[in-house]
Amino acid sequence: MRIGLNREGVQGLTLISPTLIYSILLLAAPLLMVVTLSFWTQDYLEIDRTPTIENYRVAFSDPLYRLLMIRSLAISLVVTAVTVLLAFPVAYYISFHVQSKKALWLFLITIPFWTSYLLRVFLWKVILGYNGVLNTALTGLGITEEPLSFLLYNANAVVITLAHAWAPFAILPIFVALEKIDRNLLEAAEDLGDGPFRRFRRITLPLAMPGLVAATLIVLIPTMGDFITPRLVGGTNGLMIANMIQIQFGKANNAPLGAALAVSSMFIIGAVSLAIVLASRRFSGGAGR
Amino acid sequence: MNTPGVRSGRFNWLAAYAIGYMVFLYAPVVLLPLFAFNNSTIVAFPLQGFTTKWFQTLWTTEALHSSVANSMIVAVSTAVISTILGACAARAGARYRFPFKKGIVGFIMLPLVLPEIIVAVALLVLLVQLGMGLSLWTVVIGHVLICMPFSVAVLNSAFQGLDVSLEEASFDLGESRWGTFRRITLPLVLPGVISSLLITFTISLDEFLIAFFLTGTDVTLPVYIWSQLRFPTKLPGVMALGTILLSATVLLLILAEMFRRRAAARQGKDNTPAGGLV
Amino acid sequence: MTPENNNDRRQIVALNDVTKHFGSVVALGGVSAHINEGEFFSLLGPSGCGKTTLLRMIAGFEDPTSGSIEIDGKPMTGIPANRRPTNMVFQNYAIFPHLSVAENIAYGLRQKKLTKAELAREVDGALEMVDLAGYGGRASHALSGGQRQRVALARALVMKPKVVLLDEPLSALDKKLRDQMQLELRNLQRSIGITFVLVTHDQEEALIMSDRIAVMFDGQVAQLATPEELYRRPVNRQVASFIGVMNFLGAQMSEESETSITLDVAALGSVEIPKTSVPAGLTPSQISDVGVRPEMLTVLFDEAETAERVIEGQVEDTSYYGDMTYYNVVLPGLSTPVSISMRNTAGRSILQPGSKVRVGWATDAIVLFK
Repeated sequence: MRIGLNREGVQGLTLISPTLIYSILLLAAPLLMVVTLSFWTQDYLEIDRTPTIENYRVAFSDPLYRLLMIRSLAISLVVTAVTVLLAFPVAYYISFHVQSKKALWLFLITIPFWTSYLLRVFLWKVILGYNGVLNTALTGLGITEEPLSFLLYNANAVVITLAHAWAPFAILPIFVALEKIDRNLLEAAEDLGDGPFRRFRRITLPLAMPGLVAATLIVLIPTMGDFITPRLVGGTNGLMIANMIQIQFGKANNAPLGAALAVSSMFIIGAVSLAIVLASRRFSGGAGR
Repeated sequence: MNTPGVRSGRFNWLAAYAIGYMVFLYAPVVLLPLFAFNNSTIVAFPLQGFTTKWFQTLWTTEALHSSVANSMIVAVSTAVISTILGACAARAGARYRFPFKKGIVGFIMLPLVLPEIIVAVALLVLLVQLGMGLSLWTVVIGHVLICMPFSVAVLNSAFQGLDVSLEEASFDLGESRWGTFRRITLPLVLPGVISSLLITFTISLDEFLIAFFLTGTDVTLPVYIWSQLRFPTKLPGVMALGTILLSATVLLLILAEMFRRRAAARQGKDNTPAGGLV
Repeated sequence: MTPENNNDRRQIVALNDVTKHFGSVVALGGVSAHINEGEFFSLLGPSGCGKTTLLRMIAGFEDPTSGSIEIDGKPMTGIPANRRPTNMVFQNYAIFPHLSVAENIAYGLRQKKLTKAELAREVDGALEMVDLAGYGGRASHALSGGQRQRVALARALVMKPKVVLLDEPLSALDKKLRDQMQLELRNLQRSIGITFVLVTHDQEEALIMSDRIAVMFDGQVAQLATPEELYRRPVNRQVASFIGVMNFLGAQMSEESETSITLDVAALGSVEIPKTSVPAGLTPSQISDVGVRPEMLTVLFDEAETAERVIEGQVEDTSYYGDMTYYNVVLPGLSTPVSISMRNTAGRSILQPGSKVRVGWATDAIVLFK
């Protein structure tokens, strides 16, 4: 069955080839095409294929695009920080304190995630709106006199909604990393004189680092390109780069500029992700890898 | 087991926090049935009394029915194709050593961390360049791409948990390669296959952005819902639709989980939490 | 019984200069051996010596890089595992978790196109053979380690293979059960007469069960012999220390005559050994060490007790094993103490460290090494 490296290599490559070919044709090729397109220009329906970096100049110098890019990055960073920080104690609780009902807790956490994303975002609009659930409750209980207007149609609403939407994606990787920690290590740390907080900082946190990094990347990267949430709850001050990309490919009829914006945002988020990975490696000193 | 950090008889802040977090997670979901049965065209508090009329209007909405049918076609095709492709990759990754393995598997998993807008835009550019018309099948192409990583992840654990010596034992006892696959491999990874089918089906059913970019005149259910959100009078109907979707999904997931546990128990394996989900 | 006079028995497996390379790593560097029909044959060696690779090549899971394997007179090159007359008991038993005990045992019989009744008879027979009669309906995950091992054995035996291959089948069991299974396996093999090839790293297990043992180091067979021969006449220091305990003493030939040689051995002094006792292939002038097993040395407790040769020493420390006591005794002119094992008898107390003792030994207990 397993005969030398070569035959095994051929068998493995053969088996994976359908999936790989699919990904090459329908992921790598289109991405390459987007990059190519971003160096062309479009005048109404005519595409000019002379290579130029004009689109990138516009993408990085036009105040509107720059604002959207910076806002998208800022929102996704805040969303990620909020989501991961809120999720960690929950993952920790399930891993260390729940004894026999771990699977049930995880199941319950994933259920809201399986309901329509579109509807969940919309329901946050219902909760946060001027006549929404939260304001009705606050005025009803006499906590505020007037409904609060800063809840909806701004970046806050985008952050709350996205932090909700990505919760299970943050909890699961952290939970898995915490589960992998050999409980004897914690006892050893305690035996060697660490109190609960020192033990957490010196053992639990470094060993949970891969899960934290995975959670961070899984939330950060897709939220940078989120489209529905800013459209529904962001208002004009909460719009993000994805909305502009859609406009360029749609109404504005400037696909090359849209492509350049897409490539730029991908590049930025890639650089930020890389920085996070490198920083986490330094923090955990190569532990837990 | 004496779990470190637990002091009995003291208020457990962590447990309180976890429960508070669950309230946050369920807050929007709970509203769905409330407004679905609310006798008012305005989706807001206070509630105006009980009605089932929003559900009745769903029966007579032709556009909804066709969008549900479209979504079913897309979701079933996506689930089957991505599970087959995912199984190839997961099996190859779990069983064989081959050159560039990490890079290839990483590349296949890439859509997991790629903003959907990028995938949507990239496929749109490709299809336009090739001069292909947009249809439900172009949506399937996009959905398979983003579902494949989930299939690979779910099936990876199934194939990794499969002891190589079981297949060798079957082979050793005179069974052919195909017979070994049918009698040993498939029954043992079946729970993983079903998990993969259900998860990819659900993801595809719910996916909006790619469907929004890549569909032609036939719209899928999320795209239909998106179009309805603009009309305030349609909102209670959308709530009713959402309630039905939510109930169906939860039922499906509970069934999937029960099936997975039964299968795991029959194999005498540990009931590892989250084994079936992500 | 020596390997030489075993040759009149029929060969069932022939290994002809078999090598195996994994990339640049040499797992087996040219192994040639014959396994006889009906014998219990063991491949013994430390982990990484290539014994499992060799077994898997006989089974058909690996192909030799060069050389050839014959089973029952037929070359096996290019024949996959499912068409070889061998069946394997895997280290973790590889019991199919989704099938019952009976379905596991019947698994391989499907190809034989038996009727339902014949199939049930075969399965029942196999279950009875391994003392599991009535267990057929059990779910396989409800079995204990020892029962899993029996099911794995029954599943292989029911195929009526020419050779049963066992890959460390007892290593997952606890000590007591392992001791019991060693005897059971050997008795079963003797009664059904099928050739067993066992891979193990446990020398005691190999000695107890085997008719012949191939001791392997670094992808080579160092010695192929009966258990007694291996223990009494190990061909080199490596084999000698791997099987049991051996005291090594520096030695040099001082005289050679027609019929005997005289060695000058550290601590023991001058020893005359008949030339017939010198192993073939060992030139007397090459001898640099002699070995003595701990049980071949005797602590003389009683003044009246005597032996062929006696030497004075001092007890350094003792290890008490219940039935035995091991004495580490310093002999004059030796830097490391020799190990002596003594059976504990009624009324005899254990000597304290520091005690002066007389040690008895005999010249025919001495093994010669290069």
